[in-house]
Amino acid sequence: MLFGYQWDLSSPLAFAVSILPILLTGMVVTIQATVLGFLVALVLGLVWAVLKAAPSRFISWPAKVVTEFIRDTPLLVQLFFLYYVLPEYGIVLPAFMTGALALGIQYSAYTSEVYRAGLEAVGTDQREAARALNLSSARTFTHIVVPQAAPRIVPAMGNYLVSIMKDVPVLSVVTVLEMLNVAKIVGDRTFDYLVPLSMVGALYLIMTLVASTGVRLLDTWLPKQGIPLK
Amino acid sequence: MHWTEYFPPLMEGAWVTIQLTVYSTILGAALAFVFGIGKLSSNWAIKGVSVAYIEVFRGTSLLVQLFWLYFALPLAGIAIGIDLRLPPVLAGVLALGLNIGAYGAEVVRGAIQSVHTDQHEAARALNFTPRQTLWNVTIPQAVPEMMPSFGNLAVQNLKDTALVSLISLGDLTFRAEQIRNFTQDSTTIYSMLLVTYFGMALVLTAVMRGLETYVSRWRTARS
Repeated sequence: MLFGYQWDLSSPLAFAVSILPILLTGMVVTIQATVLGFLVALVLGLVWAVLKAAPSRFISWPAKVVTEFIRDTPLLVQLFFLYYVLPEYGIVLPAFMTGALALGIQYSAYTSEVYRAGLEAVGTDQREAARALNLSSARTFTHIVVPQAAPRIVPAMGNYLVSIMKDVPVLSVVTVLEMLNVAKIVGDRTFDYLVPLSMVGALYLIMTLVASTGVRLLDTWLPKQGIPLK
Repeated sequence: MHWTEYFPPLMEGAWVTIQLTVYSTILGAALAFVFGIGKLSSNWAIKGVSVAYIEVFRGTSLLVQLFWLYFALPLAGIAIGIDLRLPPVLAGVLALGLNIGAYGAEVVRGAIQSVHTDQHEAARALNFTPRQTLWNVTIPQAVPEMMPSFGNLAVQNLKDTALVSLISLGDLTFRAEQIRNFTQDSTTIYSMLLVTYFGMALVLTAVMRGLETYVSRWRTARS
């Protein structure tokens, strides 16, 4: 029994049906971790992108080194680092928060590149035209650059959302009860790993299929030339 | 235990990580070519298998695949009467190779499709068989296109090897965990671990760059 649901070991099919609610409980945690990690990645990635584009080399260079370091080290090790080292300095976070933070930090290195590429794709002639029309630089950014960069940035971000979702099972090592961990516990208690783990695989396929279809629809729905201003 | 004493066990683990990375990258590259070309096949059976392979391994989590191969496959073996218990090394290499191979297959497919159609027409005009066209015209031009993405995938694969420590394989992360359990010196050991992975990734990136220049050498030779 787990989360108040009893499993039925009479046949593989009955077993699969009886543990589905348990796995779906785990799936909710997976989705929560995905969303939270994605939000951290979006915000932190923007910070990196701004720092990397800074005019001063003393700011841009360290930012480049840090993001390269984050990108080249495994999520699992970063997670261990946050989970075991932060408490030594008095920062004690729940496992779920640490996990979402680790996901966000790892993917911020990737999202910062998406921001950079998206913003660079808006031609300098656009900025020059905006200046010729006497728009302030803040207004140029919000009304000229962002509406044209967004259609390029959003689908790429969607792909990273799917990647984050596939990395959530790593959080099981710090006791987060996401879908894989739940399936493993069911396996540990019933000595049948085949059904729960196969179901997790199938559920993951469904989740990524839904998510990537959503990203594709978003991509076709967004106007390629930029979001028109009212 | 002084921190310099951490080096011998860490290096032992690093060697396992290097071997895992090399073997699974080679396996992944082979699978990438087989299924990347298979996805472009006109034979629906070959195409279907390739698409299914790519979708399944790209659509699920690597850790799920690893656990499935290590914990679930032996049970599936019992059900059909074959011993499918894999040693951790084999399960690790298989899971990593199958996973990275699926990503690589999409890269191979994209690179092959990026070769201009007039190249195919020229090959046909010269009376090349489809096989000759593939091996002598398409692949030599497609391989340099794949290399930057393959470089990224190789680093991705190196990072993913850390997950095999979860099926009790004595890689770099596993050794670090053992030392931490023994000394409780988390800050030092995890910092060393991160730096080691970073160093290995830099070396791997350099190797992949070298390989990229090597496979693109015909471009500079003729232009």
